[in-house]
Amino acid sequence: MNAPQEAVASLRMTYREACKQALRQALLADSRVFLMGEDIGRYGGCYAVTKGLMEEFGEARVRDTPLSESAFVGAGVGAAMAGTRPIVEIMTVNFSLLALDQILNNAVTIPYMSGGQFAIPLIIRMATGGGRRVAAQHSHSLEGWYAHIPGLRVLTPATIEDARFMLIGALADPNPTLIFEHVMLYNMEGELSSDINAVDIDHAKVLRAGTDVSLITYGGSLFKTFEAAARLSKEGIEAEVVDLRTLRPLDTKTILASVARTRRCVIIDEGWRSGSISAEIGMRIAEQAFFELDAPLRRVCGREVPMPYAPHLEDACLPQPETIVAVARELVRPT
Amino acid sequence: MPALGADMEAGTLVEWLVKPGVRVRLGDIIAVVETQKGAIEVEVFQEGVVSNILVPEGERVPVGTVLANIENAPGAASPVLSQNEIAAAPKPTQDALAEPPRPSLSVAPQVPRTKITPAARRRAAALYIDLATVKGTGVEGSIRLADVEAATSAPCATPSVKRGVDLTEMRRAIAAAMSRSKREIPHYYLTETVDLHAASTWTERFNADKAPAQRILPAVLFLKAAALALREWPQFNGVYTGGVFVPAPEVHIGWAIALRGGGLIAPAIRDTDRKSLTELMTAMRDLVERARRGILRSSELTSPTITVTNVGDRGAETVKGVIYPPQVAIIGFGRVVSRPWVVEDRIEGRPLVTVSLAADHRVTDGHIGGLYLEAIARYLQEPEKL
Amino acid sequence: MTHKVHLDHAHLRHLLKAMIRIRHFEAKCVELYQAQKILGFLHLYDGEEAVSVGVMEALTPSDAVVATYREHGQALARGVDPGCLVAEMLGKLNGCCRGRGGSMHFFHRAHRFYGGNAIVGGGLPLALGVALADKMLERAAVTACFFGEGAVDEGEFHETLNLAKLWQLPMLFVCENNLYSMGTAVERAEAETDFVHKASSYKIAGDKVDGMDVVAVESAARNAVDKIRATSEPYFLECRTYRLRAHSMFDAQLYRSKEEVEAWRKKGPIIRFQTWLEENRLIKAEEVSEIDKEVDAEIAAAVAFAEAGTLEPISEIERFVTMEEIPA
Repeated sequence: MNAPQEAVASLRMTYREACKQALRQALLADSRVFLMGEDIGRYGGCYAVTKGLMEEFGEARVRDTPLSESAFVGAGVGAAMAGTRPIVEIMTVNFSLLALDQILNNAVTIPYMSGGQFAIPLIIRMATGGGRRVAAQHSHSLEGWYAHIPGLRVLTPATIEDARFMLIGALADPNPTLIFEHVMLYNMEGELSSDINAVDIDHAKVLRAGTDVSLITYGGSLFKTFEAAARLSKEGIEAEVVDLRTLRPLDTKTILASVARTRRCVIIDEGWRSGSISAEIGMRIAEQAFFELDAPLRRVCGREVPMPYAPHLEDACLPQPETIVAVARELVRPT
Repeated sequence: MPALGADMEAGTLVEWLVKPGVRVRLGDIIAVVETQKGAIEVEVFQEGVVSNILVPEGERVPVGTVLANIENAPGAASPVLSQNEIAAAPKPTQDALAEPPRPSLSVAPQVPRTKITPAARRRAAALYIDLATVKGTGVEGSIRLADVEAATSAPCATPSVKRGVDLTEMRRAIAAAMSRSKREIPHYYLTETVDLHAASTWTERFNADKAPAQRILPAVLFLKAAALALREWPQFNGVYTGGVFVPAPEVHIGWAIALRGGGLIAPAIRDTDRKSLTELMTAMRDLVERARRGILRSSELTSPTITVTNVGDRGAETVKGVIYPPQVAIIGFGRVVSRPWVVEDRIEGRPLVTVSLAADHRVTDGHIGGLYLEAIARYLQEPEKL
Repeated sequence: MTHKVHLDHAHLRHLLKAMIRIRHFEAKCVELYQAQKILGFLHLYDGEEAVSVGVMEALTPSDAVVATYREHGQALARGVDPGCLVAEMLGKLNGCCRGRGGSMHFFHRAHRFYGGNAIVGGGLPLALGVALADKMLERAAVTACFFGEGAVDEGEFHETLNLAKLWQLPMLFVCENNLYSMGTAVERAEAETDFVHKASSYKIAGDKVDGMDVVAVESAARNAVDKIRATSEPYFLECRTYRLRAHSMFDAQLYRSKEEVEAWRKKGPIIRFQTWLEENRLIKAEEVSEIDKEVDAEIAAAVAFAEAGTLEPISEIERFVTMEEIPA
């Protein structure tokens, strides 16, 4: 399904469709780009992101792999090292653990260990997050974990335009990049303005300006945060919503500027609370914006349990708009 | 003792395979060393003759210790590699963990602290607001920005001093009050130089037959003169609040006392105008002593209707004070100096003091101020009437 | 199945010298390590020289090599200058990797030497990727991937062989079976000790060769590489060899007897080849001493080069964590 050639004010599409168009643009623009992953070809992709791409670009450039995460991710590292631009899909972050050695011990170490002789311009896309009632082994949010690793870029597109263009930005970067696509976002529909044809991948973005509290989040939690901001507004509390967009490097400048404006901060992070990316952000704010704060730092995180199956239990584990509203409200109007 | 592994720090020499006089070649095994991982053979990298064995069998030595000397035979080609210096960095030992028990520090009982957000603290400092006077409505009862901002419109309270003077808090309070004073009160200044000849002669005679404990200081005369003059000019005795001057029915002069450590306090001597000089002296002494011990009554702190500051015999000639809100005036007595003075067409050396008045221009003007100072000067010429 | 190897004098001398160079280099490493100039882990190649030397004869400069942490032999046989290797182990800026990697992580772009890997089995997927890139970019190249028999137990081995065959990648899998995976003898770790058989379960053609015979290794390697170039199919070569030194410097070798080691030492590749050359009057004793002198001079120069090197300034410590651009 191609985008129409003539310019339109905006195009309505799903997040899934945006991801696919990004891949398609990548494959068209550079013959060195190729895709590898499980069921991306014949099956059309577990989340239907790559549907039709194998038919269009052939089996050499859209390669179905057997269930060998370590081998095909490592192959991505080697292929990037030797001059191609592989985009590897690991079906979900849950399976990436099988390839952790190739990511941590090869992809990020080789540029450094070789003294700068080799770059690893590899992109790895992964679905992440919970909410689909698929229980403990299939619901992890480990993007914060990966953000711990120097040498890696970690991107978390949450909007249609970021899903469409962050991959293209990553292709221009010579460093290994992980792109996390939250499972609950694939079906999300939105407008993509036709005058956007690139986005930066280095900065967070203030998507809603506010004065009373900064709500800092990323990925699948962004829309719950927006919902919370809308509810808070009805109560006369204007929340500023910051979409992190990149977890490594973190755009500390934007975060600190927001906190300096509102002086209160709630970080929303689906990962397990302890040692999460919210902990890193909170610490940076404490280190660099301590004297701006007019209230303690707060966060809404994933509950520290292996994700349960039962829907009401899973919902209780994930950040929800009600919780975000309650925490933010308590900061602005303490009882 | 060679390093045979990344984490090897010492080894035991278990067996020598050579003895002095034996010739060795490159690659020969000359000893066996016991390590954590088992026995390892030690190769030699020089050609030569073993001249002496330094470490006997059975001894455990750190890596780097010289085990034996090998003398190069003439013509031998291999150079001896120089040993690296063993890193002088202290290596962790179990011993370091077993420190002698320290005496437990006695912990003072916790006094509940006021929680103040960092932003509020900064703002209060910038506005010279005494946080002790601000009520907190933030999280956990903390004082937050909004609370500090609300406090900027409230009148500034006098600092309360609790038992045991907290000089830091006091300094903060003084800073807040002084800054506010300068910000809000339009000060005007007048000075008058007063001939103390009569006063000092009288004081000398008065003290001549008194025991040291009964003697009076010149400051007491200043105090009484200033107090009596206020009866004539009540515009300087009272407080300015809510946009109006409220004259006080009584005269309670706040006497500025410098505390050791840099604090300053001005508790009231009540009914200053009605006390005799001796009574004033006693009251002053008592206040100074109690002020320095940090034991003052709150009424002494909240009731001054005007403040007098006297620099004594080691201060400047003129002291122009900063009015302590919500008072409307402060009188300063400089150092008594001996200067030439015109007396009936003669020039004589006379004891002089410069009295200054700093007053709130919202309440009085220079004309009245000058008359007030004139009254003080007049009272000081008739010390027997004080 | 043996490929004809040209056994002229120059070539034979070259093979012998290459092996002696590795042997003497490793001895120098021992010396430097015991003097605490080389630090960390050091894994030496004594006894296995014939494998690297023989296999490298079959490769050209445009082919690619992936090795393991026991890589001094592969690096030297590939032609990497010994000076930058010693400097690397001394942690110097003039090391092949600026002192960033040390003994286990040699990389050399110009020689298409892709490491040096401290994770057993970690290099196999990497090699797969290099071969994949070469194929996609239509570069006629073979990727030789060296690994020990211990790596065969890692999942990566199986994943990689499967994919190499499935995607028809021009890879030479060189399994150096030195009979011990650190301290575990091969019979105690493998349910199936026939490695060629394991490769054949992925329908990969393979061969077993006496890794102590440099001419046999060269012949088998040439045969394998010819097949790979012709068919673009992977090939598996098990080289039976023996590690004469301990696994690493800090190893008391409790798992094998001194007698066993001595027996293998007598069958070592250098002694064997040299004896055969001398017996067949293909080389004179003086030539061997000449080779020793040449090699020792090279190594002395390498050490001098390394010792003269400087240290990377600490201000540069974050350089290359992220790359500004892809090196040309």
